[in-house]
Amino acid sequence: MSCWQTVQDYALRSLGHGERLLPREGYTLCEHFTLIGSGMIWNVYFGALALFAGFFLATVVALGKGARNPLIRKPSEWFIFIFRGSPLFIQFFFAYFLFLSLKSVSPIFDAFTSAWLGALIVLFLNTAAYSGEIFYGALRSIPKGDVEAADAYGFSGLRRFRKIVWPTMLRLAWPAYTNEAIFLFHSTTLVFFSGFPAWQQRGDALYYANYFADKTFNPFVPYPILAGYFILLTLVIIGIFGAVNRHLNRHLPQEARRGLRLRLNVIR
Amino acid sequence: MFSFCSDPATLDGARWLACYLTTVKHANLYVAVGTVLLLLAITAPAALAFGFGGAMAARSRIWPLSWFGKGYIAIVRGVPDIAFFLFFVIALDQIFEVIRHKIKCPDWPDEIWQGSDFVVCQAAKLPLGNSPQWVHDTYGFFVAVLTFAIVFGAFAANVLYGAMRAVPRAQLETAEAYGMSRRQSFWRILVPQMWVYALPGLSNLWMVLTKATPLLFLLGIEDIVYWAREMGGTALPRFTEYPHGDWRMWYFLALLVFYLGLTKVSEVALERVMVRLSHGQATTGGEAQRRAA
Repeated sequence: MSCWQTVQDYALRSLGHGERLLPREGYTLCEHFTLIGSGMIWNVYFGALALFAGFFLATVVALGKGARNPLIRKPSEWFIFIFRGSPLFIQFFFAYFLFLSLKSVSPIFDAFTSAWLGALIVLFLNTAAYSGEIFYGALRSIPKGDVEAADAYGFSGLRRFRKIVWPTMLRLAWPAYTNEAIFLFHSTTLVFFSGFPAWQQRGDALYYANYFADKTFNPFVPYPILAGYFILLTLVIIGIFGAVNRHLNRHLPQEARRGLRLRLNVIR
Repeated sequence: MFSFCSDPATLDGARWLACYLTTVKHANLYVAVGTVLLLLAITAPAALAFGFGGAMAARSRIWPLSWFGKGYIAIVRGVPDIAFFLFFVIALDQIFEVIRHKIKCPDWPDEIWQGSDFVVCQAAKLPLGNSPQWVHDTYGFFVAVLTFAIVFGAFAANVLYGAMRAVPRAQLETAEAYGMSRRQSFWRILVPQMWVYALPGLSNLWMVLTKATPLLFLLGIEDIVYWAREMGGTALPRFTEYPHGDWRMWYFLALLVFYLGLTKVSEVALERVMVRLSHGQATTGGEAQRRAA
């Protein structure tokens, strides 16, 4: 079987298109690359959507944690503590079994027990908590002079927030937020190992890498391929976030611009 | 365990729960919690040692050693950790067995990797096929600890490497002015001073490490996740004296609370260590302590 044929068969396997049966013998290098690459679709899906939705909730949570009113502050603090203080792996398990019990109450929750929605919600809340903490830190380190200048020019309320506070917060938080984004994409690999079933063997990249390692007893091929894909993905993220970082810092004198300093992290 | 537990069917409420939570089966869960704490207790110093070695290698003036140190830090940080966990467990196991195979069965005719099979001679198997169950368990735990130490060692190496470079240059220059050799200034000046710079990173790492412990489950250890799933599942009256529905949700809620507690305790303890380490240091924290005294 030619490699092109394999690509046609398995490139969209993780979405349920193409050949139904996973490779049973041979396990060529081409099959490794195609299937693991196909699984990356899920990693990108989970990471991108959770990051996008989480961004907005994170802003709200950061503002909430910075609020003076304890009725707003306390829930935000607890939200951040719960999601940052416990392992994502356990959160996945808990959410899955929670949705499973809710399913027997009402059929509305049917979709929540499948990974595409249930795991996405957990990742969304999780990244919102982590990013919220980053944004909160940035919010507290906004230069006093910037806010005073905004006051002097008659900015107030929502307009001051949108024009001055928010862009400065993003600018200060961006390097840490880039790390959080990379970190989030890495943790999407946990989804199919934590209760959420890979329906009809439609899994993510690690699911397929693990499949090959189990079948061939040779971890030295699939995992380095997976690693290669993730390094590529990480480079893409760094590229995109770097462009945004330049945009956020474009008004600063060249010398004062802060480059992205990357500090990658492990499992949450 | 309690005397009133002899006939579970007649119990209700708190008494039933007390009996239920002290069954022999539940002891497994409590042992698993102990395993997690044991893993933390062994892995943290081991990872710190790996990290210290890695950071020292990265600082070395001998370039192959320095490349090795920097490569170790860079590779482990760029790839999802969980991939490393899955990789190292099989890889370490196979490496050990291949080495033993080469030593114990030098005239073995066949290839080790035959297509999709991994075959070593009987004497090279780890642990040996006829060894008791506890040896298998201990070996699995040992491989898991080693895996954790390698992965977290890379992160610790990164933190310590940064901390070593954060010690003010003037301190080392003073050491040189007093005629200390490179080795002496490293052990007597740099190492005692670097901890205060390393602690924020290391405490962050500790938090990550505590939260990585449920991944033991993926390494094939019967850990808390395994037992929570086992015991939470629907228990039918036919098989147990304590029948209940699907309680896995509540078991995982309990685990969630356990980890939150662990985080809270660590936060308080690490804050104390930071206060202790800042004592007498040339940092803002140390300065604040000096003013307050």
